[in-house]
Amino acid sequence: MNGEVDAGTTAWMLVSTALVLLMIPGLAMFYGGLVRTKNVLGTMMHSFVPLAIIGVLWPVVGYALTFGEGILGGVIGWNSDYFLLMGIDTTVTNGVPEYVLAMFQGKFAIITPALISGAIAERVYLRGYSLFIVLWFLFVYAPLCHWVWGPGGWLLERGLIDLAGGTVIHVSAGFSALAAALFLGRRKGYPDTAMLPNNLVMTMMGAGLLWVGWFGFNAGSTVQSGMDTARALTMTQISAASGALTWLIIEALEFRRATALGFVSGILAGLVAITPAAGVVHPAGALVLGAISSGACYLALKAKARLGYDDSLDCFGIHGVGSGLGVLLLVFFIRSEWRAAAGTDWTVTGQLVTQIIGVATTIVLATVGTLLICLLVEKTVGFRLSDREEKAGLDHVVHGETGYGLMNLN
Amino acid sequence: MKMITAIIRGERLDEVREALVAAGISRITVSRCTGHGRAVEAGLYRGQETVPNLTPRVRLDIAVNDEFMEITIDTVQRAARTTEAGSIGDGKIFVTELLLCVRISDGERGGGAI
Repeated sequence: MNGEVDAGTTAWMLVSTALVLLMIPGLAMFYGGLVRTKNVLGTMMHSFVPLAIIGVLWPVVGYALTFGEGILGGVIGWNSDYFLLMGIDTTVTNGVPEYVLAMFQGKFAIITPALISGAIAERVYLRGYSLFIVLWFLFVYAPLCHWVWGPGGWLLERGLIDLAGGTVIHVSAGFSALAAALFLGRRKGYPDTAMLPNNLVMTMMGAGLLWVGWFGFNAGSTVQSGMDTARALTMTQISAASGALTWLIIEALEFRRATALGFVSGILAGLVAITPAAGVVHPAGALVLGAISSGACYLALKAKARLGYDDSLDCFGIHGVGSGLGVLLLVFFIRSEWRAAAGTDWTVTGQLVTQIIGVATTIVLATVGTLLICLLVEKTVGFRLSDREEKAGLDHVVHGETGYGLMNLN
Repeated sequence: MKMITAIIRGERLDEVREALVAAGISRITVSRCTGHGRAVEAGLYRGQETVPNLTPRVRLDIAVNDEFMEITIDTVQRAARTTEAGSIGDGKIFVTELLLCVRISDGERGGGAI
């Protein structure tokens, strides 16, 4: 679809692309602050490294595998024009240069595996992690992204509502995180030893950047600069605030204290829940979704402590649980105008079934795919650090560096 | 000469320091330290009460001439308590013999250098 470039929409999509990119250092700071001092650089690298690995993989084959026409019975996409992005040099789609759309979508492919790193923090080799994200991108992300957003994708055709990646990004990352955490096992000493954050100030700043970046994430996913964009941005803001406030209230009731880490956990719970829903719900829906997600994520983190699995930084507990709920519950808060436009045969129950199929598909693909990939990585380049190396910490063992020079006397 | 080492709560540092200065003891060295004591202090992380492996405290090293030993101990003990009766985790005071003190600038040795 060639045509004139729409300057307004293009400008917003460029801004959105940059905002989503901003979420990567935001995530690195968020995760980096939560681990122990000896692992701060290694953990931040787990967020940054996909910028390079998926950053290369995406233009070579990623865009073709996700946004190409379906092949192999629709299992995956392919478009030879998208190989190395060679055929889109002059293409304009819906008023936006296709390069911009390709780069915008590429940022999603980068941040999704980075989210998973939170569940396996403090115990994996960089080489194992690097191989993991390559395989995970090719065999989990690419097909799922094609099904939900690609031309002719079967979940898209079935009418799954997922604006910015509740299934593609957060549920897939969350359940992959759980599978990887279970496969790798707990960190040495967990849960008997306290593994306290090294720098909650950095975590707070990272969460702030994530909130800002999320406007590009959700409002950019409308791929326009108009009414839908305004709605998505508004719902994103409301749900994040509602999630944060709910977490504060829960902690105040239970502990008579409000914690900074709780506050930012609430922000994330609100954001992941509204991600699939921001295009279709009204403000009251955003308020409720943020609050429900926050409460459910809080309970999920409590359950983790009881069950004893080690999702180090709560990728499953927040992204998997919060966004999964968002994908399902959004059907109860859909704007009446949207329902009217969808026609008389649209029903809440029918849509809920579609949403359940979307979430269930995501869970199965993410869990089975991740377990197989983990097994392959462990048997080839090695995934989990040896005991001695885990004790010494990623920064020293993997990078030969130190995160904080505060103890150096020179 | 004695070396008095006091491990106290960080939040009592200002009171202890001011009390020492008021008692005429102004030469002190302060550092951060961590360790195991009788105290168990939980932090709250994502809804989990968590007890750190090592508890942070502040360490004071005070070199005194013998006649100042008791007043230093008294002052620190009084000022470092968090309640009238004191509570677990308020810290400890260790006294050791100090063999020699040398002032670096002029080389003076002994009690006068303190």
